[in-house]
Amino acid sequence: MHTFFASFSFMTDHFGLLADRTVDHLKLSAAAVAVALVLALPLGVWLGHRGKGSFLTVSISNIGRALPSLALIAIFLGLLGIGFVNVLTALVVMAVPPVLTHAYLSVEQVDPDLVRAGRGMGLTEWQILTRIELPLALPVLFTGIRIAAVYVISSATLAAVAGGGGLGDIILNQVSYGLSGVIAAALWVAFLALAADALFGALRKRLTPRGVLAGRSA
Amino acid sequence: MQSAADIVFDAATKTYAGSAEPAVDALSLTVPAGEICVLLGASGCGKTTALTLVNRLTELTSGDIRIDGRSIRDQDVIELRRSIGYVIQQAGLFPHMTIEENIATVPQVLGWKRSRTADRVRELLELVGLPHKEYADRYPAQLSGGQRQRVGIARALAADPPIMLMDEPFGALDPVTREHMQDEFLRLHEQVRKTTLFVSHDIDEAVRMGDRVAILAQGGRLLQYDSPERILRAPADDYVARFVGTDRGLKALTLRSLGELKLDPATGDDEASLRTGDTLRTALSALLAGGAERLPVADESGKTVGSVTVDLIREAA
Repeated sequence: MHTFFASFSFMTDHFGLLADRTVDHLKLSAAAVAVALVLALPLGVWLGHRGKGSFLTVSISNIGRALPSLALIAIFLGLLGIGFVNVLTALVVMAVPPVLTHAYLSVEQVDPDLVRAGRGMGLTEWQILTRIELPLALPVLFTGIRIAAVYVISSATLAAVAGGGGLGDIILNQVSYGLSGVIAAALWVAFLALAADALFGALRKRLTPRGVLAGRSA
Repeated sequence: MQSAADIVFDAATKTYAGSAEPAVDALSLTVPAGEICVLLGASGCGKTTALTLVNRLTELTSGDIRIDGRSIRDQDVIELRRSIGYVIQQAGLFPHMTIEENIATVPQVLGWKRSRTADRVRELLELVGLPHKEYADRYPAQLSGGQRQRVGIARALAADPPIMLMDEPFGALDPVTREHMQDEFLRLHEQVRKTTLFVSHDIDEAVRMGDRVAILAQGGRLLQYDSPERILRAPADDYVARFVGTDRGLKALTLRSLGELKLDPATGDDEASLRTGDTLRTALSALLAGGAERLPVADESGKTVGSVTVDLIREAA
């Protein structure tokens, strides 16, 4: 218990250090999520629009889930060496499955009658996607991003193993920072993950179309 | 854009990939400009396929469809669809858009000016009986089924297309609302006179709505294409006779109103419960229910103009 409380004095005493590592941690996480979005979002949305590729998306997700991130970092050590790129790649591999699956499902689940109505009215495929499918898909799509962000922020701790920096530097270095330092940094990571979860949760709520909310309360 | 155009099916055939039998088999019929043609048949008879051939949601396998003399094959598919109003069951309104945005969809993609679109939305909402002030900013989820279908019709009319395709538009409504919407649509059609293809599986609806009725059988074969009157009085074959029902004699009575009859002179001072606008079926029902030989008939203003008997109805039928 003593060490647990000591971790709070560690936070105030070493605030500069924690803030510094947090910035690194968030930079790394943001970069990983961003790359995952660029890779998986257009693909998932396009496959969802076509209504094809459930096999592909499900397979990618399952493979992604089955791979432990520490193992990935170890594998990439051989391929990419130590450092930012290695860790980033591992985190991207973690972030892609939830983004891809949710992007696919979010578009695919839009009521086919609406798509048919839009097509019958003479909307182009692009207009169907941007005016009908995406607005209705946004809430589910954001759930995917939210899950990816939480995964990545908590897993980025392992970056320290491969010299990626971040809060993991403190957590994996009990010799320098003591147990209270480890706990402080771990709490910090937990807090960051929860904050990201809350942030994307709030965004999701904002992005749910008003007409859809009206339908739920009615 | 003109207000109406004729639609000509010329041996229109659709065979789906992997299917030996055609869904629509060499369908040939002409819908004259401004008329309502009901495609009637049991499920699986290809009526919806026939409908969607027109806006190319389903592509023809062979044959042709011409609108105002122009083959649909020669037109850009997006432009073609924008020149055709399309109404589906449950209306298919976009739930994330307001009523106004829903109706404005096609004008928007056609690049109309904002003010023109806004004026058009206002006009259409009034036309379908939903005051703009009250409804424009609502969402579909806040409307009843009947109101949603009105918006669906307004949306289809938005760019003033010469043609309307309606795929069982009132199929999901309760019977009372459905009948009301049928009347509303007929009233609307009097005003806008769009050539309308209307899919239905309900003979009563077909007889009520159609200037002409096309009866389709399994595999999209056309069995009879005639006025409702002819369909009921002279079914082409046993299948049609069975489909229109053994009560077709009664149904035929709904096609004529008392006003079209040469009524007997009025007798007595009884208050008239029948009006000249009532159908012969309503009159017969009133005669039977009341056990009366003769019932007085009043015009719409309530003035008694004559009387009707069972014999009179039998002669007219």
